[in-house]
Amino acid sequence: MITRCPAADNAPDQIHTHRLVGVLKLELRGITKRFGSLIANDHIDLVVEPGQVHCLLGENGAGKSTLMNVLYGLYDPTEGEILIDGKPVVFKDPGQAMAAGIGMVHQHFMLIPVFTVAENVALGNEATKAAGLLNLESTRRKIRQISEQYGFDVDPDAVVEDLPVGVQQRVEIIKALVRDAEVLILDEPTAVLTPQETDELLDIIRQLKRDGKSIVFISHKLREVKDISDTITVIRRGKVVGQAEPTASPTELASAMVGRAVSLTLDKAPAKTGEVTFKVRHLTVIDHNSQHVVDDLSFDIAKGEVLAIAGVQGNGQTELTEAILGVQPHASGSITLDGEELLGRSVKHVLGAGVGFVPEDRTLDGLVGTFSISENMILDLYDKAPFARGVGMKPGVIADNAAKKVEEFDVRTPSVSAAVGTLSGGNQQKVVLARELSRPLRLFIASQPTRGLDVGSIEFVHKRVIAERDHGTPVMIVSTELDEVMQLADRIAVLYRGRLVGIVPATTSRDVLGLMMAGVPANEAEASVAAHSDSRPTPAAVPDAAGREGETHV
Amino acid sequence: MSATSQPPASQRTTDGPAQSSGPAGVKTGTAELVSWKAGIGLGLLAVLGVILFGFLANTKTAGFRIAEARDPNASTAAAWVTLVVALAAAAYLGYLWTNRRRTGAAVGRWIPATTVAAVVVLGLAALGVARVEKIALPSMALGWICSVLLLAMAAYACFLTLPHRRIPGWLGGVFAVVFLIGFMVWIVAGGRDAEPSISLGGLMAGAVTLAVPLVFGSLSGVLCERVGVVNIAIEGQLLLGAFSAAVVATVTGNVYLGLVSAAVAGGLVSLVLAVVSIKYLVNQIIVGVVLNVLISGLTSFLFSTLLTADPQHLNKPGRLEPVDIPFLVDIPVIGPILFRQSLVGYLMYVAVIVVYVGLFHTKWGLRVRAVGEHPQAADTVGINVNRTRFRNVLMGGAVAGIGGSFFTLVSVDAFSKDMSGGRGYIALAAMIFGRWNPIGAFLAALLFGFADNLQSIITIIGSPVPSQFMAMLPYALTVIAVAGLVGRSRPPAASGIPYVKG
Repeated sequence: MITRCPAADNAPDQIHTHRLVGVLKLELRGITKRFGSLIANDHIDLVVEPGQVHCLLGENGAGKSTLMNVLYGLYDPTEGEILIDGKPVVFKDPGQAMAAGIGMVHQHFMLIPVFTVAENVALGNEATKAAGLLNLESTRRKIRQISEQYGFDVDPDAVVEDLPVGVQQRVEIIKALVRDAEVLILDEPTAVLTPQETDELLDIIRQLKRDGKSIVFISHKLREVKDISDTITVIRRGKVVGQAEPTASPTELASAMVGRAVSLTLDKAPAKTGEVTFKVRHLTVIDHNSQHVVDDLSFDIAKGEVLAIAGVQGNGQTELTEAILGVQPHASGSITLDGEELLGRSVKHVLGAGVGFVPEDRTLDGLVGTFSISENMILDLYDKAPFARGVGMKPGVIADNAAKKVEEFDVRTPSVSAAVGTLSGGNQQKVVLARELSRPLRLFIASQPTRGLDVGSIEFVHKRVIAERDHGTPVMIVSTELDEVMQLADRIAVLYRGRLVGIVPATTSRDVLGLMMAGVPANEAEASVAAHSDSRPTPAAVPDAAGREGETHV
Repeated sequence: MSATSQPPASQRTTDGPAQSSGPAGVKTGTAELVSWKAGIGLGLLAVLGVILFGFLANTKTAGFRIAEARDPNASTAAAWVTLVVALAAAAYLGYLWTNRRRTGAAVGRWIPATTVAAVVVLGLAALGVARVEKIALPSMALGWICSVLLLAMAAYACFLTLPHRRIPGWLGGVFAVVFLIGFMVWIVAGGRDAEPSISLGGLMAGAVTLAVPLVFGSLSGVLCERVGVVNIAIEGQLLLGAFSAAVVATVTGNVYLGLVSAAVAGGLVSLVLAVVSIKYLVNQIIVGVVLNVLISGLTSFLFSTLLTADPQHLNKPGRLEPVDIPFLVDIPVIGPILFRQSLVGYLMYVAVIVVYVGLFHTKWGLRVRAVGEHPQAADTVGINVNRTRFRNVLMGGAVAGIGGSFFTLVSVDAFSKDMSGGRGYIALAAMIFGRWNPIGAFLAALLFGFADNLQSIITIIGSPVPSQFMAMLPYALTVIAVAGLVGRSRPPAASGIPYVKG
């Protein structure tokens, strides 16, 4: 199913059926981008046919975003050329790329939070009256027109920071459409969306495709890629490694992406749960705007089970873990571990009580980038024997400890004295895990444990988490990746706007979890999904129908 | 709000009653963060007011002179016209305000503000029509009235805080006005004379005059920070502007050339700031401070070696004389304050309006603000971030330079060492107090000018407070203003952060 490189031999006259007025064909030839000694893109060839959804599939750090930033004029390519309808073009800045009909929705939205929708859409492309005075009315009109055409429901005068991410993404799409984009690049567009919002987005993409737009869809999520694409190009370590049809199996695609055979399923024995030792009662966290970011949360975790906290990013997960760890000042309620109250105690006390914690941002909160691996391994134990002697430290013992851990956790590094910042994401995460799992734990919390990791490291981290569970430790996983939640969890707790929507068994279906992540209580979500599956036996087989259903029921 | 993140309508209605019943609602209330900041702050000020205006009051009267018109007939005519115009404006704005409130339409912040302004103008015009020359207020009685009002308002604020209600915005404003009246009466009554009095017109006119360099400085700050560059070098820009205005105006014998050279000098300081901080990514605050010290040293050196040696040919600039705007200048109190200004003073009004309209109503302003908030987003829509920053920083420098020319071409007739005297930093405070908005910065600068002038007038009439202590007034006000009286003010998000592409 996967044809090998080079991809550029795709003859342009094979596809004619969708060609409409104004559509354009985009071609990248031999694009190379170097940052110093690092080669982010290595002679990449790519052809985006008009009216096609072309997926770029690759792991984090494979060079997908760099390639698109080159195409969009944000980076100058070191080598290679971009052709539009066969003619070579050079984009000095994004303005020129836009003028040529290329629009981009970045992974991190490029919207100014304090501006209104209309101001954001107008920016860089402003209609003016006399003397350079802004004419936002014409922009508002265009926004309303596009909103109507695609069913967006966007208020031109809403301030962007008040809008949910799903709507912000639509504003980004409007921004591109107002500028008459014919090729739309979507960089990891589903990373911040709930499954239902993802379905809606895919539906919008199909609609855009019908209007003759070409879409470049960048993702590492196989499910979406298979669902939406016409052609798939797989990128690994900056190189195009092959082309695939959407009918290829997920294992095939994953293997192409990673470069070796991978197993996408995690083998784990059923949980042998013991007594309940970790209890959270009526936990409430209030932020500086007096908003209840964690609202009256109560749950238990028993020994030897994994409770996964699911939810779209920004629904209180960060504050929940911060409250347990003791870095959240405005928390009330009760958190007990083996009957001991942890809320209100210092971080040092909490860690001393046997809590292991993998923070969601390892470079910011988990590691000190300029410190060596051996120093990072003892960040929490530096003042305890055997690493400390009075006010001094014992460098020999610290280095030996690091060497042992590096071996055990398979950290790929030239030396334990190398700065942690020089390691790859996967190896950094292994250092964090090695540190946190090397103490006798009574509770293990991992927040986004595999964010930004390659498939190989993900396997390793997941196995370690399950090993800790089987060791009899209560484990709490916080993840926004539904796949990860469903793989690791014994029970799943869904958070929405700081509230607990419900705790459901790990066998709960994706659709139900998706609805719960949008705030629908478990029983209603189940009823709703059951009602729909009656009228729609195989949703995957008829994607358009599935999309329309999605629209009507939300 | 999109439909995506909400459950279906039918389901919402069913889960509604279940959610709202029981202890859930109660818990929300108890967990609320209670801020006693306003209550405690107002309470302390009220106690201070009671001690000063009440217990420490004397039995004298405080006099405020009003009518000092050169031509009483013209003044009366102007007063009548102003009275009618202000009455009409106040009535219309009041109607607009109540009407919008009743219909639930959005009431812009400008409506209450301009209404209050119109009423104040109306009152002053009425005084002019009635040819009132002087208001004399018994300090003891008024002091106690103010004290009681202040205590009442502080108590009301605490009363509102208890059940977690919001303290309305007007409370702070009224409190400030009452405190100011009490303070003025107390301090004037404490003068040396038997019937001490000050000229209200003189007080205000002096305030505007002293505010001119501050306004230019804070506009420079607004121009730079809105585009993401912190301009600490305002002090240096003012000083070099003053210096070059003096020298060029003396050498060429043309004050207007002096004015232009001041703008160029301010721009030069900005050029260094822009090159070093935007191109070479050096910390903007450090560059700014270094520039200030550098320019202070440079001008002091040139002053003592060249200017003092030959002041006749190097440091004797002509003056930009005040120009009266016919008719408007005859309006009682307000006329001489606003419409008897030098060219630099009128340029100030123009600059405030141009920068305000430019920032918030033009294509240029939209791009500038975008660059200051989220430069990467601006870059992705084809705006050249660093070029925009460069241009704005240069513009800011030129504006501050013009402000500097005020020192040597308007207020004093020669350059002297470090004559900007830290006003660049006060301008920075005015910009923050004014929430990075040109009009806000203008009003804040006026407030600082007022404090500055009040201090010098009080020193002249004598006061119960030592003059050195009064000299702290503008700076104390700065600290209070910047520390939190402004509430939650939000600087441009990218301010101070250099932009590196990619």
